Amino acid sequence: MYQTLKNLSPSQQVGALFVIVFGLLLLAGLVLFLRSMREFEDQQMAQRHRDEVDNLTQLLKTSWLLIFVFWVAWLSGDAARLVLFGLGSFFALREFLTLSPTRHSDHRSLVLAFFGVLPFQYWLVGTEHFNLFTVFIPVYVFVALPVASALANDPVHFLERNAKLQWGIMVCIYGMSHVPALMLLDFPRYDKKNAFLMLFLVLVVQTCMVTQHLVARRLIQLGKPSAAPRISQSFTWRAWWAGMAAGSLLGALLAGITPFVPGQAFALSFIACATGSLGHLVMKALKRDRGVPIWRDQGKGVTGAGGMLDRIDALCFAAPVFFHSIRWHFGI
Amino acid sequence: MKPIVLDWAATLMSYFLLGLIRILTGSQARWWGCPPKAEQRIYFANHQSHADLVMIWAALPKELRHSVRAVAARDYWTRTPFKHWLTSAVFNVIYVSRDRSAEEDPLEPLIEAMKAGDSLILFPEGTRGFADEPQAFKAGLYNLALKFPEVELVPAWINNVQRLMPKGEVVPVPVLCSVTFGAPMRVLPGEDRHEFLQRARAAVLALRDV
Repeated sequence: MYQTLKNLSPSQQVGALFVIVFGLLLLAGLVLFLRSMREFEDQQMAQRHRDEVDNLTQLLKTSWLLIFVFWVAWLSGDAARLVLFGLGSFFALREFLTLSPTRHSDHRSLVLAFFGVLPFQYWLVGTEHFNLFTVFIPVYVFVALPVASALANDPVHFLERNAKLQWGIMVCIYGMSHVPALMLLDFPRYDKKNAFLMLFLVLVVQTCMVTQHLVARRLIQLGKPSAAPRISQSFTWRAWWAGMAAGSLLGALLAGITPFVPGQAFALSFIACATGSLGHLVMKALKRDRGVPIWRDQGKGVTGAGGMLDRIDALCFAAPVFFHSIRWHFGI
Repeated sequence: MKPIVLDWAATLMSYFLLGLIRILTGSQARWWGCPPKAEQRIYFANHQSHADLVMIWAALPKELRHSVRAVAARDYWTRTPFKHWLTSAVFNVIYVSRDRSAEEDPLEPLIEAMKAGDSLILFPEGTRGFADEPQAFKAGLYNLALKFPEVELVPAWINNVQRLMPKGEVVPVPVLCSVTFGAPMRVLPGEDRHEFLQRARAAVLALRDV
């Protein structure tokens, strides 16, 4: 089995991997469907069971969405891939800024962020301007946007407004753009199988988040208190460690599809999972600050594209740290 | 030949604008107080941006878009050939004159359209506002409601559009917006103009927080 897989060409290997992952998702969906059929005598038990199934369905949908996007990203060429991730950044930033009050005088800075910074950052990825790509937002945009705001001649809440915009850009554009940037890392003797690396990052981080979520739910049922109850009802260190263990172990197991040896894969997954899951916690804190349960207009909308940021925030935090750890460790 | 080309261009333009408004705002329609229905109605909403018209238009189901016509100021929207074409061919709006010097009743074109069975989208403030809360409503809504007592008046709150494209800006910024439609209302027996307009404005404003 392993030998046959090894003898396939790189693109066949990637394809096989997607087949396996889609198969697993289908299987999970089937199990969930069967579990949803279960009947209870007790009304309360039935309700709790329904809630749990709903919750898991949501989680499964997120996983489907992520994997599907990455499948499309792999199928399409470099340019299409960048457009896809660019759109992801666009929708995430749109959600972020909807819930951060801006004023009329921010209009020019917002236009600059959406239609200047965002395309330019992805253009830098596409043209492999690595050095500029890593400093463009933290250095140049950091200076340029407040200047645009200052010229709008409105001092009310100036620091807050600019800080929010900078934050949004950092998470939604800078963080997200590091995922397609993984495609451009040039490993010796890896013959351009970088799509694996992207998939590796997503699988590892998503596994960590799912495990953490499931364990946290179980712990809540057992009555364990959260470590930061005013930020997140479900965050406990035990659940966090469980997620970290699951993610990192999966990373080590998947070392075969990466240019890393298992030890390196374990360490890098650990780093990615830690930043991803803690970044998710940070985004939860931001949501509590705005008084909303999810990133979506008013939190009551039933239709439309909402809640995008909830799904990708962990990835947005994990990707830059993962990317730069690799570059630093391997010197590429 | 030319009219056909212009027709095609209008259809293309409407799809382009619908796509654009969805990408920029998500254009959520929340039918909170009533379901969308193909009966004659007057929708009235707050007005803060040119995008309001496109927003409320995109929020309506496709089947209703032909028969629901917005009301626009003639002096502003016929100033250039492009604006004129956009409002007449794409949105099929009804023009009203804002200057009072005109001899004829300014509501005349609206009454005609209503008699033909069309529904209306009104912005009773008369012009785009800067403030968070809508300005006082103008009397046109009341007069129309008296003329057509059987027509439902549906209040709507367009949320966030002032952030999409504030008055005076030309480039829109992406932000999630929604249109909330409230419960239909009518003029109560014996209700005078001032009272009714206050109530209508309150009904629009109340939708902000549902």
